[in-house]
Amino acid sequence: MKTALAVVLVLAGFVVSARPAAAERLLALLSNQRVLITSNYTGVELVLFGVVEREGADAARRGPYDVVATVTGPREVLRTRRKERVLGVWMNTQSRTFVDAPAYLAVLASRPLDAMSDAENRRKLQIGIADTRFPELIHHDIGEVSNDPFRAAFIDLMRDRGLYSEEASAVIFLTPTVFRATIALPAEVPVGGYNVNVKLFADGNLVARTDAAFAIVKVGFEQLVVNAARDHGLLYGFTTALMAILTGWIASVAFRRD
Amino acid sequence: MQIFLPIADIPVNIFLILTMGFAVGFISGMFGVGGGFLMTPLLIFIGVQPAVAVASVTTHVAASSFSGATAYWRRNALDITLALTLLAGGVFGSAGGVALFTWLRALDQLDLVIGLAYVILLTVVGALMIAESARAIDRSRRGKPVEVRRPGSHTWIHGLPLKLRFKRSKIYVSAIPVLAIGFIIGFIGAIMGIGGGFLLVPMLIYLLRVPTATVIGTSMVLTFLTMIAATVLHAATNHLVDAVLALILMVGGTIGAQFGAQAGQRIRGEWLRLLLGLLILSVGLRFASQLVLPPDDVYSIRVIGPAP
Repeated sequence: MKTALAVVLVLAGFVVSARPAAAERLLALLSNQRVLITSNYTGVELVLFGVVEREGADAARRGPYDVVATVTGPREVLRTRRKERVLGVWMNTQSRTFVDAPAYLAVLASRPLDAMSDAENRRKLQIGIADTRFPELIHHDIGEVSNDPFRAAFIDLMRDRGLYSEEASAVIFLTPTVFRATIALPAEVPVGGYNVNVKLFADGNLVARTDAAFAIVKVGFEQLVVNAARDHGLLYGFTTALMAILTGWIASVAFRRD
Repeated sequence: MQIFLPIADIPVNIFLILTMGFAVGFISGMFGVGGGFLMTPLLIFIGVQPAVAVASVTTHVAASSFSGATAYWRRNALDITLALTLLAGGVFGSAGGVALFTWLRALDQLDLVIGLAYVILLTVVGALMIAESARAIDRSRRGKPVEVRRPGSHTWIHGLPLKLRFKRSKIYVSAIPVLAIGFIIGFIGAIMGIGGGFLLVPMLIYLLRVPTATVIGTSMVLTFLTMIAATVLHAATNHLVDAVLALILMVGGTIGAQFGAQAGQRIRGEWLRLLLGLLILSVGLRFASQLVLPPDDVYSIRVIGPAP
């Protein structure tokens, strides 16, 4: 009796997971899952490979696929400040605090986003920087402010620093079901965990999605310095102080002329 | 050649940093100033976070001033007693300055106050030095002897009690103004992230009448002691000292300081003061233009920390 019930449950689970609409499966693979920061690190490029697996004959009927890959970095609290002239001097007067913004955000697509999916879908799925939510701290509440000049300025500044980007032709289909995209990470991106969310569209509808992840870590000497500075501050301070005295002394001996 | 700075978290060109260290070191050796007021803005300009720049420059200035001080020590051109008395006042000044620094940061107006402090101090000190040295140059041009020290020209400062004799500098002066000057230098240094040599040198010359022969060496000893303490404090409390950045800066800086010290010996005192005055004034005007001219972008971003 118990066995029969288990079989029924397993079957029910199978039926639920195999939704009839999901005729495609999406596989995503990154060229590197651990980006190591060493002394000659100046940023890195990762390659994302994707394969669309069709299941069942009906899938073949679909039109060409569209892909959008969203890379998000560690979440940070960032404050955007605005300067105004007060008594002839430019000073920060107003500011907005974005409490949960990604330190890195890259939207890589195979086609312009508005050609891929309608506005409603894009807003719901948060596709593209314009439709990404940046919750702000408003007094003591957290919420979204539409048409906020601070939000627009924040995105512009992040774009200027290469931390936010959106490219309509970054995903290239090598065959109708195999695609690749290059993720450019400037040296300024922070260490931590990064997520790559890949969404597959057909005829303007989301048909499959998957995630891949990578991490940026410091190793070797860089890691040693960071750990020493953070965990043994006093010892690190005395070591750097000693280094300063030694360097000064060596220089004065080396250049002694009298 | 690019090298990644572990604490500053950015890659930099190692030769650019070496050159900057050398140039600032040359100036610091020549004039007996730490050079922090030049180095910190330069590092911020190439993209180092201001907090890391201030903390790492203290280490660089420590090395640079140590190298400079040994050069003056060999020529017996420094006054250890005077430096230690100044340091006693400086310790309390630094503590007061750090307290004000923390309070201003909480108000989110630290940048403005630092900017205003730079403008006011640098332009006033620079203008005063230019005016004084121009008068001195004019006097010597007209054939009159340059009166560096007039025995009868004692001010009210010399009437204060608790007199101490500073043998090397050949001055006999109350401990009160010496401690007060140390306090002011420590206070301003903590807020502005500078050693304060460019303030100390004129103060010692004009207020205490310390002879030009010992003033630069003495200033370097004090700068070294305060900056070495600041390095340890910054490392222990804020964890912001970038040892790699500091090392590159100090290699360039110490070499530059040696050449600067030699160049400084060949230039007459009043011309040296005129040059330093012009340099300080121009940095002050640069800061003033930053405050007064419309910025390229009225918006700026500051990272508060990782999201909760």
